[in-house]
This record gives sequence, structure tokens and C-alpha cells, in this order.
Amino acid sequence: MMETRPMKLALGPLLYYWPRQSVLDFYADIAETSVDSVYLGETVCSRRHELRLDDWLEVGEMLAAADKEVVISTQGLIESESDLKVLRRIVRQSADGAPGFRVEANDMGAVRLLGEAGATDWVAGPTLNIFNPATLQLMIDAGATRWAVAPEMSGEALAAVRAALAAPVETEVFAYGRLPLAHSARCFTARHFNLQKDTCEFRCLAIMDGITLRTREGEPFLTLNGVQTQSARVHNLLGDLPAVRQNAEVLRISPQGSDTRRVVELFRAALDDAQTPAAALAASRELMVEAPCNGFWHGRAGAEQYVAA
Amino acid sequence: MPAPIELVCPAGSLPALKTAVDHGADCVYLGFKDATNARNFTGLNFDPPQMREGVAYAHARGRKVLLALNTYPQADNWPSWTQAIDRAAEFGVDALILADPGLMDYATRTHPQLRLHLSVQGSATSYEAINWYAERFDIRRAVLPRVLSLPQVAHVVANTAVEIEVFGFGGLCVMVEGRCALSAYATGESPNCNGACSPGKHVRWEETPKGMETRLNGILIDRFADGERAGYPTLCKGRFEVNDETYYALEEPTSLNTLELLPELARIGIRAIKIEGRQRSPAYVAQVTQVWRAALDKLAAGGADAFSVLPGWMAELNKVSEGQSHTLGAYYRPWK
Repeated sequence: MMETRPMKLALGPLLYYWPRQSVLDFYADIAETSVDSVYLGETVCSRRHELRLDDWLEVGEMLAAADKEVVISTQGLIESESDLKVLRRIVRQSADGAPGFRVEANDMGAVRLLGEAGATDWVAGPTLNIFNPATLQLMIDAGATRWAVAPEMSGEALAAVRAALAAPVETEVFAYGRLPLAHSARCFTARHFNLQKDTCEFRCLAIMDGITLRTREGEPFLTLNGVQTQSARVHNLLGDLPAVRQNAEVLRISPQGSDTRRVVELFRAALDDAQTPAAALAASRELMVEAPCNGFWHGRAGAEQYVAA
Repeated sequence: MPAPIELVCPAGSLPALKTAVDHGADCVYLGFKDATNARNFTGLNFDPPQMREGVAYAHARGRKVLLALNTYPQADNWPSWTQAIDRAAEFGVDALILADPGLMDYATRTHPQLRLHLSVQGSATSYEAINWYAERFDIRRAVLPRVLSLPQVAHVVANTAVEIEVFGFGGLCVMVEGRCALSAYATGESPNCNGACSPGKHVRWEETPKGMETRLNGILIDRFADGERAGYPTLCKGRFEVNDETYYALEEPTSLNTLELLPELARIGIRAIKIEGRQRSPAYVAQVTQVWRAALDKLAAGGADAFSVLPGWMAELNKVSEGQSHTLGAYYRPWK
């Protein structure tokens, strides 16, 4: 018998660079879905500017008015003082006493600034490398109230961390989307077009799901998304929901170029037991840009699609 | 007069440690024979007696030993890492190189006298991040990920009291260290959790009619024509197809070499230069240590303005470079 504990659905930050109007249309659509939390902001590349922080905050207001919880995500790789300036603004709007949105901290610089600002209700992001109870407890003591687990962590490992905590913390698992696997100072999209990052001509704009990298046998392997490298396959835990919901309170769905709304509704249907996990996984196949994988959850190579014998 | 730059050399084995010390390393860094460090490769690293001997050898010659415990423990294997810290304290190492905040917390509580360095695996690329570790755990030195340009490195140095160490030479991670799960995606083993990237047990070399193929857990990383030198299938350095073009889509097999930046690194206040390569042979360690020692001595004697790179140094270093070529990496903006 599956436990019927209520689960939240979260929409992760948009990892691609879409034209401004596409982004605005996308979130207007998302406002009408059953998603509970929406992460906003540019987390991948500081050169992307179709939406500036003020624009993101405006999208946040719109979503908040539609009863969504809004979280502003900070950039994963901080390189320059201007990156820090944006980071400080994000933190300031969430400071103790400020009326702003919750923040997802994606590097220890963000953690430091949140501490300084007296923020006590932030999300420990998936790039903080929290793999054990001691480190998670340090983040909780510093004000983290939700733990967004690194995608490479297995279900078993995260259950062991949760079991060792003095008090439970809301846990969010990356449940759907091409996996954000690595971050670099180098832009691989610019490199593909024989351009340098500083003069990239914003060539990643409107590549809605990134550029697929294949092996020399034509097998889809990775995805180039500017300075970020993703999996080619779509990490999809729909088929694993009974185990996942024992170990998490929030499921993260990562935005994709089309049909994100239908993905959200499939997860909702599966969580409401309106569809079996197997049926939901089967139904999701036509919505995925590539074959599914779930290996990380099972403690295996992330690219594997593992079905328990 | 700024403090001289320390030369930090890799010791993947006791012979490599002695070689590094004999050829002029100020510090050697090493790890235990297990997953507690980011070079967890078969045949590498130190068991406790070797470590005792290594520490004694270095200390007798006035050199320092830094112990890398720079992977991230999980709930079920946590005691292996804390025991490693306890042993390190007992052996009298000069500093621990850590990445995990939980372990730093353990070290500061249990062995408050132990000096802590923040590993490159900690992914701290800004002074705000570095200063967080300093405030919480009193780290004395941070190793910067290989992602910042030289002016960005200078800006970090200017805004923190923590000593800054940078990579000077060796294998080049094209991704931010500590933020790369590519190996985990392909093999299930990652630098973060297992201390290994593209681990050897998943590697296959196959002679085929199309050429020599290198695979990682079955995934084709590269294929080499006759006469091409087949390199190890580190997965970010393979050739792949993107929009029907086949090329090194992420990075070529190449080594970082910042010898020519040495005067600038000194000027901006870098305190230590790290040589990558605990998985390399004592011969590599000898060659690289010798050249960098000579360069640092020349810099100390003549100052930054009078410094120039001797052609012989570059030739020696290129001989041991991956792919026999070198790059300035992210220090030089166009690389990005």
C-alpha cells in the first residue's frame, strides 16, 4: 500500500536560454498548473540577459499571485564581482524582515551572504555538495529549511542521511529532466560555433533543449547548454515514485522546450494515484526529448534505465 | 617583499614523495589508499606505515606534508573519513586538504591544532565562499578551481585573508572541480564520492577495423586512426559528434602550464602553486618539480620584472604533458 503523504511539485530553474517572450509565456502557462513551488532566476550563465533580476522578480509576483511558492535560485558558478552584485541583490530581497522571496543557495558564497542577512528560510541547492548528515546539519543550523539533493545521490544514500538527522528537513529530489551534470568556465556552445565566450553572439538563445552531443557511434550521450553540460537522456523517476515518496517531500521537474505542463500533470496524476507509476512512465515517453534514465536514484551509472528484477 | 611562493608537488607513492622532496618541493600532498581522496586509483597512495615514513622523510628535510581528504563522505562511510583525520593528526601532517564542511567541523572540534586547507573540490570560486569557510572553520589556505581568469584570481586574493593556492601544471579539469558528475553519469563513480574520474576498471581498449576504440563503461569516448596516439578515455577529453561535426567537443587532451604567468602570480600575491599528478610516475614528478623549482628560484632571486621562461623548461615540461601540448586554461580569457 503506497503511503498517501502529500507531495509537493516544484519546477526547477529554467536552465536554457529562451527568448524573453517565450519565457514569459512559459511561466504564464505554469501559473495555471498544479505545481507548488517555482524556482526562478539565471543559474547557468551571467551573460544571459533576456530577463534581468527585476524581470524574474516580476515573474515571481505573477506566480505568487497564482498561489505558487516562489524561490529565487542563485548562480552555480560565481566568477566576478558583478556576479556577486547580483547575488547580493537576491539575498537582500530575502533578508530578515524583507518582503521578498525565498532563496536557493547554489554556492557557499550565497550561504555566507544569507547568514549575514539573517535569512533563516532558504533552500540548500543541489550544487552545495551535501552528502552526509554532518554537512546537512551545518546548513540547517545556518538557516536552510529545504534540502535540494544533488542528482548524483542515490535514494538509499539520501534515506541514510535523513535517518541520521536530529529533526527532519524537507527534502527535494530531482525527478524529471536532463540532468545538470557539470559546470565550466568554458562555454561549449560558443566553442561549437568556433566562438569565444566573451564574444559568443548569444548563440545558445532559442536552442530550447540544448545541443545533443553524440558518441562517434551516434549514441546520444550529453547535452551542451552553454557553460553547463547535461545528460542527453531525461532523468525520469515517474516509475520509481513509490520509493521516491518515502524519501522526499518535494519533486523537482526541470523545464524543457515543450510539454513541461503535461509532464507536471503526469506527475500530479501519479501522485494522486490517478495513474500507476508504470502507466505514468509509459505516458511520459512521448513527452521526452530523449530516452529516460534513472540510474542515479538506484546508485548506478546515471545514464542507466534501471528496472528492478 | 611578498612571501615566496610554495611549490606543492604530488606524491602518489613513497618513491614519488622522496623524488619530489629531493627535487625541491616545498610541500608534498598525498592521500590514503582508499576513497577518502580524489585520486583513488589502484596501486596509488599510502598505507599507514608508508605515510609515517613519508612524513618523516619530508620533515627531516624541512618540507611539509599535506594530506588530501578531499572527497565527500556519505552517511554509511563517514567513520572512514573521520578515522583518516585522526590518523593524519597522529602522523603529524602539516595540513589537511578538505572539501566537506562536515569534516571540517569534525577536524576543528577534534584536532583544533590541525591546519586546514580548502580543497579545489570545495568549488569555492569567490572570496565570499572562501571567507565562509574561513569564518566557520578557520581554513588557512584555499585551492582555487581552474575556472577563473587571472584578473579574477587577483580579485579573490585582494579580498580574503586566506592564502590562495592555484594549479600551475598538469592534467586540466575543464569542469569546475567538485561540480562535475560526468563520470558518475557514465560509470556510477565520481570524483566527489568515490575519488575517481573515468576509473580504470570501466575502461576498455579495443582494436577494431575502424581503428583503436576507447570505451568507458561501454560508451565510446574516442576512436584513433592508425598512427594516432590513443589517449586514456577521460570522458571530457574524447571526440564526439555535435551537429554532424566530430571534434573534441569539451577539451583536447592537453595539460595546464602556467610557467609564463609566474611573475604575475607572484605580483598578485599567490602563496602556493600546485602541480597536478598523483597518478603520474616518479619520473614525471622529478621532471616537473625540477623545472618549477628552478623557475621559482629564479623568480625569488631576480624578482618578477627580471623573470623570463627558459626555452629548455618548456621543452622539458611538454615532454611530460598530456597530449604533449599545453594551455593556460581559464587564466587566459579566450580559452573560455
